[in-house]
Amino acid sequence: MGLLSDPNRRKALTGLLTRLNTPICIVCYLAGIVWFMGLAFEPFTLRTYMSENAMGSTMVEERFSSGERALSLAKEFDPPSACCGLNGMPVEWLVKAMQSRGLEVFTQSFSRKLPFPDENKERYMVRGTNVYGILRAPRAPRTEALVITAPCSPGNTNNQAVALLLALAQYFRNQIYWAKDIIFLVNEHDLIGTQAWLEGYHHTNITGMEYSPLQGRAGSIQAALSLELSSDVITSLDLVLEGLNGQLPNLDLANLFYAFCQKLGVLCTIQGKLQRNDWDTAEGYTHAAQTMMLMVLKQACGRSWGDHGLFLRYHIEAASVRGINSFRHYKTDATTIGRLLEGMVRKLNNLLERLHQSYFFYLLPSLSRFVSIGYYMPAFGLLAVILLLRALDLWVHLGAPALAAVDGVTEPSSPGVLTVLTPVVISHLTGVALYLLPVHLQEMAVEHFPVSETEAVVLTAIAIYTAGLALPHNTQRLLSGEGTEQGWKVLKLTALLYLAVLLGCTALINFSLGFILAVTLVPITASITPHMPKALYAVVMVLLSPAFTILYCVFIYQELIEAPVSVSEGWMLFLSVISQGILDHALYGSLVYPLLALFIYPCWLMFWNILFWN
Amino acid sequence: MAAHRCGLSLVFILIFSSLACHSSCDSLENANEDTEEKQSVSDTPREVNSDGSIAAEDLNERRGRSTDAELDRRDGTRTSEALTPAAAARDEFQEELVIRPLHSGDIYASFQFRTLWDTDFLQEGQKVSHYRLFPKSLGQVLSKFSVRELHISFTQGFWRTMQWGQPFIPSPPGAELWVWFHDTVSDVDGNWKELTNVLSGIFCASLNFIDLTNTVQPSASFKPLGLGNATDHRFLRYATLPREIVCTENLTPWKKLLPCGSKAGLAVLLKSEKLFHSSFHSQAVHIRPVCQDEQCTSKAWELRQTLNVVFDLYTAGQGKKEWSLFKMFSRTLTEACPLATSSKVYVDITDNPEGELFELSPATPLLSQAVVLGDRRTYSVFDLTRAETFGQLRSLNLLLRWKGDGGEMLRPLLHAERYVAGFGLQTGEIHTVIYNNHPYRAFPVLLMDSVPWYLQLYIHTLTVTSKSRDNKPSYIHYQPAKDRHRPHLLEMLIQLPPHSMTEVTVQFERALLKWTEYTPDPNHGFYVGSSVVSALVPSMVAMNTNFTQDQPLFSSFVPVKEESSYFVRVYTEPLLVNLPTPDFSMPYNVICLTCTVVAVGYGSFYNLLTRTFQVDEPSLPLAKRLANLIRRIRGVPLLT
Repeated sequence: MGLLSDPNRRKALTGLLTRLNTPICIVCYLAGIVWFMGLAFEPFTLRTYMSENAMGSTMVEERFSSGERALSLAKEFDPPSACCGLNGMPVEWLVKAMQSRGLEVFTQSFSRKLPFPDENKERYMVRGTNVYGILRAPRAPRTEALVITAPCSPGNTNNQAVALLLALAQYFRNQIYWAKDIIFLVNEHDLIGTQAWLEGYHHTNITGMEYSPLQGRAGSIQAALSLELSSDVITSLDLVLEGLNGQLPNLDLANLFYAFCQKLGVLCTIQGKLQRNDWDTAEGYTHAAQTMMLMVLKQACGRSWGDHGLFLRYHIEAASVRGINSFRHYKTDATTIGRLLEGMVRKLNNLLERLHQSYFFYLLPSLSRFVSIGYYMPAFGLLAVILLLRALDLWVHLGAPALAAVDGVTEPSSPGVLTVLTPVVISHLTGVALYLLPVHLQEMAVEHFPVSETEAVVLTAIAIYTAGLALPHNTQRLLSGEGTEQGWKVLKLTALLYLAVLLGCTALINFSLGFILAVTLVPITASITPHMPKALYAVVMVLLSPAFTILYCVFIYQELIEAPVSVSEGWMLFLSVISQGILDHALYGSLVYPLLALFIYPCWLMFWNILFWN
Repeated sequence: MAAHRCGLSLVFILIFSSLACHSSCDSLENANEDTEEKQSVSDTPREVNSDGSIAAEDLNERRGRSTDAELDRRDGTRTSEALTPAAAARDEFQEELVIRPLHSGDIYASFQFRTLWDTDFLQEGQKVSHYRLFPKSLGQVLSKFSVRELHISFTQGFWRTMQWGQPFIPSPPGAELWVWFHDTVSDVDGNWKELTNVLSGIFCASLNFIDLTNTVQPSASFKPLGLGNATDHRFLRYATLPREIVCTENLTPWKKLLPCGSKAGLAVLLKSEKLFHSSFHSQAVHIRPVCQDEQCTSKAWELRQTLNVVFDLYTAGQGKKEWSLFKMFSRTLTEACPLATSSKVYVDITDNPEGELFELSPATPLLSQAVVLGDRRTYSVFDLTRAETFGQLRSLNLLLRWKGDGGEMLRPLLHAERYVAGFGLQTGEIHTVIYNNHPYRAFPVLLMDSVPWYLQLYIHTLTVTSKSRDNKPSYIHYQPAKDRHRPHLLEMLIQLPPHSMTEVTVQFERALLKWTEYTPDPNHGFYVGSSVVSALVPSMVAMNTNFTQDQPLFSSFVPVKEESSYFVRVYTEPLLVNLPTPDFSMPYNVICLTCTVVAVGYGSFYNLLTRTFQVDEPSLPLAKRLANLIRRIRGVPLLT
């Protein structure tokens, strides 16, 4: 620190930083992007390895053999009782089936009124029943448990998974080696059912769900697996890890799945993409980069991509295993999938502690390679440092009124607090309106406009967003008169630091969201001043605003999953994404919508204010 | 009908024979005659032999109450005994096995071995060096530490009350130890510490982990079961180790305490490879003073060793509802222990009076009836001391074969469970749910909770609700924890309304431990021992007002007091709670290091930002300073 306490050298350093500020910022931005893209390059990544000793060397022998029985059970389950048809779940059939397999069976009924109708899944008043059976471990005192769930919801035929679950239960019941109770859960209405069950199990109520209290419990849940097999023919298994708010399960869970896929010769994918071995070719790299980008996009949107995602909040490591029929010749039979699950559950049963040895923060360019937090954080850091550098630049300029005095221009010594506070408060009030009004005004909107409730909510949100663009700079002028040169500098300094803190905190919790926001917000916020061509820069700013970021993400995501959409389809998707985001917040407590509405959007409005400063 | 007056008994087993009544109960009867009303726990053994003779023999197990009359008697005894020299030692040994087929298709086997030791070493000046049947290792422990009563149990698994009903001898998962010391002991804590260490060696268990941080002194839940009027809970110590794993290493020393070892008698069945291939395994040792004869003129020590095991229908029985001694224990019985005065096998055939539910072979003409846990049960008895029991093959292999479905079990009248609510690592809430399934009777229960200090209970958040209404406990005894010294102890007397669910909740905060206080596997979590629910439950027999078929009408209008309720202790499951745990790994060290660097960096930055810098004036040469001094005196402007 001797460097900074020496005034001369300090002056030299700040001089250098202010003089070279723009080039340094540009270099940082480019370096950040390049670093991020480099993460998918195989030589820069690490090979995954099993960290947990209890799951490592002790390979278990899988003996599950009743895959055929599971298939016939699925047929029994399917047509007459119409599991996943319109009649809802055959609760009694399930209770009997579980009881006859020697489990302790309990049911839980729940109901939930959505804030507005969910048009994707066509539901509004949700009423359902969860059925779960507990396999009590012999000679264990009900302190630890594992969960296997199979969602059984209308419209989604998952009866294969339910049948496999029952077959596994039957097989597991006859074994003596269990050290943890195993809970077999069949939940209705996918995530809502899971949420109701989890809240019931932990006796909390964070989302306003109505449910009947659980009768049977089995101690603290150590890990959970969710099973989704939509088709009779399975060619590969896909592992889904992204959970609520971008939380990920411990990497060892992914390693476990991969190890058993290798052992049993099952094709396994992540983000629906197979692994390639040709990393040194351009195609190989693109493939890895696409896989990683998909993960980043899925993580950034903060929703739970399977039943497992809701478990993560309760510190339960969970993943979804999804059977995929991609019409390959190679087929995986039910026995093999059963063995894979048996192996995974037995290894989890061997755990002495909760999964904690491996990484909780990672990106996966493929199942066998991972990027840990230490490698991806610099990419974000390089973007975030731009904001700090610009802030330093402004600070130095603001702190040198002597230069201005030499020029003979007399300025007011310091701008009033009001000039900075007004735009900050107004922007945030707009944010609060964006957060609260769409859901609360839906009835009024439906009354006055020919739209459905869902459309009303989404369109109100967009309307408030657009109206916010007009509001701040006008009101600010009314309140505090003409803006001064120093006024916008102080406001920008505040806004830059605010944005840096916001993005930094977001990236610590959900790297992907923080990074995507940084990529779009940093360039425009770093360069904005009132002295630029207003029309051009207004267009640029709007195009780089949070809403458009969501729109781009929708298009990129569709492109990456190889289902490109036209502009109009993309727009419809964009609208549904917004409604889903609001629903996810109301139903499961996803934080992306409040983050964007209450913090990121107001922050962006502050910069918008600077552009129109006069 | 002296038996009607016999108090104290909760779990008892009937022996019908014309053996002399040598149990404590018979002698207590007289003492308790006039104080019958004070007996809060009572039960009646009734025993109907096939030839109609009625005899009573009560092997009381659980809990007893001594009365003032009894104390007087005891004092009298002491003086009279000092005068007359003790008669020849009348040590004796009894063994028995009860087999109860459960509705779930599982099977419950309960062994009891009872050794009586005719001596009273607590009397001053009496040195005991002669041991016949009583194990010397335990006898020495009793006399050295002035133990009045000792109860120790090792349990692997959890008793599933909802499927299996009440056990004969309840015990919590892990190890439980409770000891009443003699009231002459001055340093109870010191004795307790030494005793746990000695017992740890005797039973090859981690009882040495019992220290002051997990020991409590319950004020009401654990009363002495034997003779004596100790009510001062300063001489009681109670501790559980929920984490204790029970295995063959604990079974072997336990078997060595038996007079016949595992060589003869019922103990030959105790083969660990089968006992531990089960759903539940519990072994216990109970030592207490009892009366030697009816007048209670002399005292004896009773050592009762029990072993309970439940075999699972699916894992041990291969899914077939067919059990035999050989299938359960991979042995058959060939003889009684030669040292035993009585050696019997009982099979519960209550649900099967005409043999329609299951088939029992070989058949036995001997039947026995008893009111066990408030329910009238019928047992088939096999007396191993008789040669004809073993038949032609010289071996007894009981066979139980189900004919149809087991049918529904009556819900247990009292049932409790416990769980931790909430998520995150800061706070949580302990929920204890107690069910009273009695259709119309309310009864009080005594709930005891011992919570380790690292869960900091917010006792002001304690709520008791029944039927969604506040239920005020009539008695609360709460001893707050002291960090690193003693646990929380909470005892409450709660009235349970009929057919209700009562929920007791209390919030807690998870403490951040010092880094050396974490166990080697901190991410596993920390255990909180079971809570204990003790209650006098109205009995099934009293519930049934239509039992005229086997009783004369004149005896059945007003429910008999002894039968109207019975004592039950229910243990809830232990809890596994995660505490905030640092990541004891390389990244953890990196974080510590980084924090240090950041702290240093922050310090200097803060210094930099809060200090104003000025260019130093170079100091003046000495000549100028001298000149300035003179100028200051003269009042002339100074040189620079």
